Amino acid sequence: MASKLGLIVKREYLAKVRNRSFIVMTILSPLLIVGMIVLIAYLAKINDNETRVVSVLNESTFFQDELNSSKNISYVHFNDLTLEQAKDSTNSLEYYGLLYIPNGSTLEEVANATYLFTKDNPNTAVTRELEGVFQKKLRQDRLQKLGVSPQQFSSIEKPFEINLSTFEGEKSMKGINEIKAFIGGGFGYAIMMFIIIYGGFVMRSVIEEKTSRIIEVIISSVKPFQLMLGKIIGNSLAGITQFSIWIVSASVLMFLAVLIFGIDLSVLSSDSAMAPVPMGGMSQLGAMDSEMMMYAKEIYDIPWGLLIVSFFIYFILGYLIYSSIYAAIGAAVDNETDTQQFIFPIILPLMLAIYVGFFSVFSNPHGPIAVGFSLFPLTSPIVMMMRLPGGIGEGGVPLWQFLLSVLFLIITFFGIVSLAAKIYRTGILMYGKKPTYKELIKWLRY
Amino acid sequence: MDQILVAENVTKTYGDYTALSNISLQIPKNCIYGLLGPNGAGKTSFIRIINQITYQDSGEILLNGEPLAPKHIASIGYLPEERGLYKSMKVGEQALYLAQLKGLSKSEAKTRLKYWFDRLDIGDWWNKKIQELSKGMAQKIQFIVTVLHEPKLLIFDEPFSGFDPINANIIKDEILQLKENGTSIIFSTHRMESVEELCEYIALIHKSEKILDGKLSEIKKAYKNNIFNIGLQVENNIQDLEESIAQKFNVLSSKIDAEENQLNFKVQLPTSHTGDILTELSKIGNINRFEETIPSANDIFIQTVNSKDNGK
Repeated sequence: MASKLGLIVKREYLAKVRNRSFIVMTILSPLLIVGMIVLIAYLAKINDNETRVVSVLNESTFFQDELNSSKNISYVHFNDLTLEQAKDSTNSLEYYGLLYIPNGSTLEEVANATYLFTKDNPNTAVTRELEGVFQKKLRQDRLQKLGVSPQQFSSIEKPFEINLSTFEGEKSMKGINEIKAFIGGGFGYAIMMFIIIYGGFVMRSVIEEKTSRIIEVIISSVKPFQLMLGKIIGNSLAGITQFSIWIVSASVLMFLAVLIFGIDLSVLSSDSAMAPVPMGGMSQLGAMDSEMMMYAKEIYDIPWGLLIVSFFIYFILGYLIYSSIYAAIGAAVDNETDTQQFIFPIILPLMLAIYVGFFSVFSNPHGPIAVGFSLFPLTSPIVMMMRLPGGIGEGGVPLWQFLLSVLFLIITFFGIVSLAAKIYRTGILMYGKKPTYKELIKWLRY
Repeated sequence: MDQILVAENVTKTYGDYTALSNISLQIPKNCIYGLLGPNGAGKTSFIRIINQITYQDSGEILLNGEPLAPKHIASIGYLPEERGLYKSMKVGEQALYLAQLKGLSKSEAKTRLKYWFDRLDIGDWWNKKIQELSKGMAQKIQFIVTVLHEPKLLIFDEPFSGFDPINANIIKDEILQLKENGTSIIFSTHRMESVEELCEYIALIHKSEKILDGKLSEIKKAYKNNIFNIGLQVENNIQDLEESIAQKFNVLSSKIDAEENQLNFKVQLPTSHTGDILTELSKIGNINRFEETIPSANDIFIQTVNSKDNGK
């Protein structure tokens, strides 16, 4: 009996792996993904490098030292030109814009009469930086009138951030929940994609056996349940093969891309949701570095071992549950177009899990909604994965919740598989009928 | 042990629909047993139960005297009516796979496949994909796969559908050869012409019930009704003859062959005793033809099904 299952698994695996579109997908996908990452990194780099040149016509006595070139703007100072000449020069030199600071007796007056001339609507990064410069100067000026010296002013300017700590005394970090949920979300998302793609493979494989009419030949030799199980296992092995090839070839390609194009991948990581950058300008750079170190430590401290082990647990159980439903659907219909009405209800809990994960687990990983959905077996593989980067035990997912969700999954697995097997057993021998839900329920009793 | 398969009061229902009600059959060893009936009568349901694809609700099935069990799968070969093969798989690989599922070892399966491929003259198909073959060609592969593990009981459901007449003949000869070699065969069909040629025993299933079973020759004997076809050649007036014969016997139909001066007529006799009529007719002229009409399986089939339907 076991050897028959082995035969079926082997055939399903080979049939899938030798399939032309499978081979094409396996080879092309890493190229596409790496190509996209390279493109994004390249674009980000271009974007970063684009420093806009703004010419300055300063007729006032103010702002002699404040307009220093930065990452976004480099300033070119015009002297002894009329406004019209300055505009023409700016235009013919193809500078980004002209900052015109007219003469005036007070700073307030000068600031209010200042204009930025640009060809089109100006970039918000540019206007924000300019406004920042002016605002800082204005504040300093106003405070000075109230008797605050420039030295006092710079001591006032130090930004404040609240100190964060867990009850255990570890310094806790802003945004770390989001980062953790993001990493967990990545795992959860991978589970969802795998279930949808490879569940679909199982379903199509069942439909193929029905339409080619080989099904009755086979189930006169093996039990329908064995065939179903063999199909699910064989397809998932094919999927794991594909994933492994992707990971290996994508990392090789990534390595090559970094070597060849010299692309700095940190460009990607630094601005992607890593942390809310502390407000307050460039003076904070040093502080940010140590902050980054702490984030890095925090990410390093995420229980990766636990994550990977539980990824496999949730992935296997979740996939088995869903793909047996997919197999039952494949058995119930005659062709793929009829599957739509049945597929939607399967995808629904998966989508729900992703949304609940991103909206609820992000902000409150141990709140009642997150707990509920991470116990409910149809959503737990995804939602629990999003909670787990916080670890198990104190400060993370309570152990009982983790164990309970696995237990629920196992119970559901046996329940769903036996129901799916009943529908499968009846469905594979039904031809030419487009079944309704009512009929499917009737099949459960045959 | 004379029976390969005994079914006792087998009943199968799907929800409200009764597929088989109280079917009892004895299928003798080493013969071809015709399982007949219109479409939807319950033949396939019965066959699926024998193959343990589905299970009866009640009743018992004995194979070789033992209650049907999973181990018997290897001693049954089944060619379903709805049959096909994996389209994108190579012929040889596929045949090996199906043979191994029936419990043959890979090397054993290979040897036997080589033998059968040569026997049916399809040796060069080994590396072709099924989708490159015609329907008839694929059917040959299917036949080989069914018989490859040398089962004691073979079940063919409409085996000749999809075959051209030449290949149908080849397959028919193979089936007869298998029977010679000692295999018991269940042959399910609603095409009667092949039944006459092949089956020694038949069972007629209609609307989930068995309405007739037994040895085909005995059933035919039972369905005879003493109707004879006679050809009588005379020298004198043939019109007069037709009238006088019609007065003496229960003539069902008659026809004059003017060229040969012969009267051909069909007559039903009160008994199967033919001596009287023969003496009488021989006094009148030359009896060129005298034969009893034996009902064909088709006649019996239609007659029983109709009478069953009308009786209800």
